[in-house]
Amino acid sequence: MRLTFLSLRTRSGRERLYQLALLGLILLASAFLWHNTRENLAARQIHSGFGFLKQPAGFDIGEGLVPYEPQDSYLWAFAAGIANTVRVALAGIVAATLLGLLVGIGRLSHNLLVRALATAYVEVLRNVPLILQLFAWYMATTELLPEPAHPLELWPHAYLSKGGLQLPVPVFARGFALALYLLPLGLVAACLLVRRARRRREATGRAQRVLLPALLLAVAPSALGWLLGGAPHALDLPEVTAFNVTGGLGITPEFLALFIGLSTFTGAYIAEIVRSGLLAIPHGQTEAALALGLSRAEVLRLVVLPQALRVIVPPLTSQYLNLTKNSSLAVAIGYPDLVAIANTAINQNGQALECILLIMAVYLTVNLLTAAAMGAYNRRVALVER
Amino acid sequence: MGAPGGERSSRGERPPPARAALLSGLRRHLFASPSSALATLLVGGGLLALLPRAVHWLFTGAVYRADYDACRALAYSAACWGFVAEKHRLILFGRYPYAEQWRPLVATLLVLLTLFVSAHPRAWRRGLLLLWALVLIAFLLFMGGGAAGLSRVEPAEWGGFPLTVILTVVGVAASIPLGIVLALGRRSRLPLARGACTLYIELVRGVPLITVLFVASFVFPLLMPGGLKLDVLTRITLGITLFQAAYMAEVIRGGLQALPRGQFEAAAALGLSSWQTQAKVILPQALVLVIPSLVNSLLSTFMDTSLVTVVSLYDLTGSLRLALGDPRWRNFFLEGYLFVGALYFVCCLAMSRYSQWLERRLGRWIRRPEARPA
Repeated sequence: MRLTFLSLRTRSGRERLYQLALLGLILLASAFLWHNTRENLAARQIHSGFGFLKQPAGFDIGEGLVPYEPQDSYLWAFAAGIANTVRVALAGIVAATLLGLLVGIGRLSHNLLVRALATAYVEVLRNVPLILQLFAWYMATTELLPEPAHPLELWPHAYLSKGGLQLPVPVFARGFALALYLLPLGLVAACLLVRRARRRREATGRAQRVLLPALLLAVAPSALGWLLGGAPHALDLPEVTAFNVTGGLGITPEFLALFIGLSTFTGAYIAEIVRSGLLAIPHGQTEAALALGLSRAEVLRLVVLPQALRVIVPPLTSQYLNLTKNSSLAVAIGYPDLVAIANTAINQNGQALECILLIMAVYLTVNLLTAAAMGAYNRRVALVER
Repeated sequence: MGAPGGERSSRGERPPPARAALLSGLRRHLFASPSSALATLLVGGGLLALLPRAVHWLFTGAVYRADYDACRALAYSAACWGFVAEKHRLILFGRYPYAEQWRPLVATLLVLLTLFVSAHPRAWRRGLLLLWALVLIAFLLFMGGGAAGLSRVEPAEWGGFPLTVILTVVGVAASIPLGIVLALGRRSRLPLARGACTLYIELVRGVPLITVLFVASFVFPLLMPGGLKLDVLTRITLGITLFQAAYMAEVIRGGLQALPRGQFEAAAALGLSSWQTQAKVILPQALVLVIPSLVNSLLSTFMDTSLVTVVSLYDLTGSLRLALGDPRWRNFFLEGYLFVGALYFVCCLAMSRYSQWLERRLGRWIRRPEARPA
């Protein structure tokens, strides 16, 4: 009996044998690499392990939403890096989606000039490496823009210079905190209203216009909170001094270059996705919907868009993931994202293995979460077949 | 021939006169509706305003000689191609010894010529693999020297366009066999093989290339047995290959999945073993199916190699930054980026157009089985 279990004569026996051999190979290779690593680490006197995360990092981080000081721990430095990655990725995703939508529709325009312009944009941006574009954007912001002492005034009190972009922001006051706390209340109320209208439409067939009331309902509690808090409206205005611009919300040239580069590059890919999504819907759908008496806007909202989204969303998500992964090119232009921080840490303490494992773990987590969300979405919009 | 095309000619209609056709074409394409007319005026106006200035800046007003004073005199009112004229050897060949730069030129031309020859489906024979092996050996000989009277040039000194080309070609070529193994493994009936391959593919596809390059540059030296040192170029090439293999595996898996079950059943009916089925029936067909996607992989690897500048190799992108390190010419960075960008653009556009052409051509084969290559 034992003999047939691993016998070469039966198919299942052979398969078990192959698997055993493969397992042995993997274990052997792992042991070999593990042994080498141990020896090399010992030879270089590097203490492996994640203990270093608690030690003070010692280096400075140029910018970020997370309050960070050089004496903070490595762990906190990584957290600041992750926050910076998330910040530029989210901003880039929003901008790239809007740009891609615009260019994608432009690619399908009946107007020859608009179509040519959109095509040229897509072809040029997609066929030049992103890192080259980032370097070019970075040099353009740091070399072509005027000195901070004589900035461009894009808008009253919004200044653009080599030092970056300075924008006016409202001074944070009690009214804003109240408004923020009351926002969920408004959102829940709006959701309930929309839901009730949908139920009624499904029950009685009578449609109700709820978009405007729902929007009003969503912001009403926040507005009330703002008023109760004394309606604060003071602005923190950037001021031009003899040497630079101070005050307001500062956006560094590194962030600006990375943000512009990522969103224009990904926008070109999203444009192609939008175009193919819209082309995937047969024109008969539009004609049939028009024949049923729907208006042009209703055709787009109720017939074309829901079907196009089914084609668009999966590749769109992978573009969002690509943008997030590409934000790691920040290291090339000095924006302190996760990878740049890890790079600094490696150069400082030599614990390359641990730092790289940390980066990978973060990106893989983002990927897994996105994949799970994508799967849920796909199940929801999947065609129900007979 | 009851095709709709025959009907039109039988009606004997004459085409409208050329001028009317032009006018109606203009109207249809540019002024079909008020909004279209508005867009035409806006975009056309913008182009009319910008185009003469762009032509002046780029060409008519530009300085082409490597004359620094003439470039300064322009005061940025036009392009200074003098920067490119002055630095083109540094941009194209990086830090390769100046006197020996004919060698990377010959080596790169050799590879490009071979790529060009391999582009036509008629060249796809067994001999092509042998040709590529010879060309790669010749490339390494020309670049590295140390034999046949050529002086030795360390890989750390290679740079510019030849580096971009060799990283791309070797990265893609080496990732194909690895990708085949991974793709077959992911479709295997053995749970362990399937699990290991899937884990590898998803792991690599989930992280940015730059982390893989970090692994290649920081971690690979730790993994090597004591005394064995790989130079940075080998490590980075290995890193790119391992990264590209995961994507290649998915491309090849796409081709494998496109084959109908009948192919497996027919092979089994002929008495072929499962290895024979894969090697003689499935893989040859699947690989031909994915050739256009392979060209796209070549394209994306070509662009991705620009990331090696982060781990201190001076490819085309990196050597441009070397050239911009000269403070005298630094202000003409725009010209440098336009030059290198245009170089990338031309290569990439050629590859993507070729891939589209190939797809149409192979599509013809696939629809007409009798014309399939032997």
